[in-house]
Amino acid sequence: MSDVSMVVNGRKVSGNVEDRTLLVHYLREHLGLTGTHVGCDTSQCGACVVHMDGKAIKSCSILAAQASGSEITTIEGLAPGAELHPMQAAFKEHHGLQCGFCTPGMIMTAVDMVRRHPEGLDEKTVRNDLEGNICRCTGYHNIVQAILSGSKTMAGTGETKAA
Amino acid sequence: MYQTNYHRASSLEDAAKLHSGADEAKYVSGGMTLIPAMKTRLSAPSDLIDLRHVEGLKGIRVSGREVEIGAATTHADIAQSKEIESACPALHYMANHIGDPLVRHMGTIGGSVANNDPAQDYPAALLAMDATIVTSKREVKADAFFTGLFETALEEDEIVTAVKFTAPEKCGYEKFRNPASRYAMTGVFVAKGAGGVRVAVTGAGENGVFRAKELEEKLASDFSAGALDGATVPSSNLMSDMHASSEYRANLVVVMAKRAVAKAAG
Repeated sequence: MSDVSMVVNGRKVSGNVEDRTLLVHYLREHLGLTGTHVGCDTSQCGACVVHMDGKAIKSCSILAAQASGSEITTIEGLAPGAELHPMQAAFKEHHGLQCGFCTPGMIMTAVDMVRRHPEGLDEKTVRNDLEGNICRCTGYHNIVQAILSGSKTMAGTGETKAA
Repeated sequence: MYQTNYHRASSLEDAAKLHSGADEAKYVSGGMTLIPAMKTRLSAPSDLIDLRHVEGLKGIRVSGREVEIGAATTHADIAQSKEIESACPALHYMANHIGDPLVRHMGTIGGSVANNDPAQDYPAALLAMDATIVTSKREVKADAFFTGLFETALEEDEIVTAVKFTAPEKCGYEKFRNPASRYAMTGVFVAKGAGGVRVAVTGAGENGVFRAKELEEKLASDFSAGALDGATVPSSNLMSDMHASSEYRANLVVVMAKRAVAKAAG
């Protein structure tokens, strides 16, 4: 067993978990943050994407013990208050989802993508950088439109700098 | 995933000590190959020794043509490095095309070379550039380091600490990705430097990364894609699986080499 402690969505948390516990399982089963999803068991689908120390990572491919000491942001912690984060709002506005299962990962990847490209995004870059996120409904068209729109709103709010 | 014991090493000495005290330990850096392999129970180390918190293993140092990259440097760090982009554009391109952006945030160059997956990208670059792999015990040339599928010259407790090389005058990398897994089904790195032309192939060889001497000879006198017109490589030591036959891969080696040379020359 390992003692783990980290800051999740601005809140200090700690626990004692099996060493083999994946970060995604720690978030979902120990902290009850079920917005982060598990869509595959091969590290390919990206439904589990969270931010660790400001960078998007797959929480299914890292142990909770490895993440101990870091700062994690999940989909639940993305919006600063009662209002949706601009990227969440853009997904709603452009209907960037069908069944919605991949959406949390898509949005966390999208926010990271915007921060990695301060020069702005075009469709080719968005499609290329969605390599690690799979939508089994194949609803990519609206996802791409949502990310392009969300990136513009984020630029307007000065939120494009890395955390 | 089977049970394992997690340890966080604070130094190289600490890591080696943890390793010697364990049953079947494995070092983990970014873990982008090892953790997925453990999830599917293809790998089941009794102990995992985390190297991410060992000081001094991260960073890119470029001095003229001499390049040294710390083992814990992530693919994203290399992909974002202006120094690497200008000294060695093909390595920069390669780093930008490993896995996906999420994997690149975690995966490290040291982990990649220590693992020596036959479809990994970096081994081709290091072999083609005649690089040196620096470890916790010694320095090993790439030619002697990559010994087979998932096999390297590393001893059980030895840790890759850096890679270094002289940036070639010209270099290029092209890979043909498996349409589903996106791993290199064949990737070719060409480098033209003081020591001549070297061509290294990943993703295709039965024993992992190898040099295509037939193509090197043709390129030595004429470093152009045209020099490879009609060139062939033997298919005898190439992988044959559900994705591609060895003959198909042999053809891909030449096609990828041509594209890589065109890129390097352009």
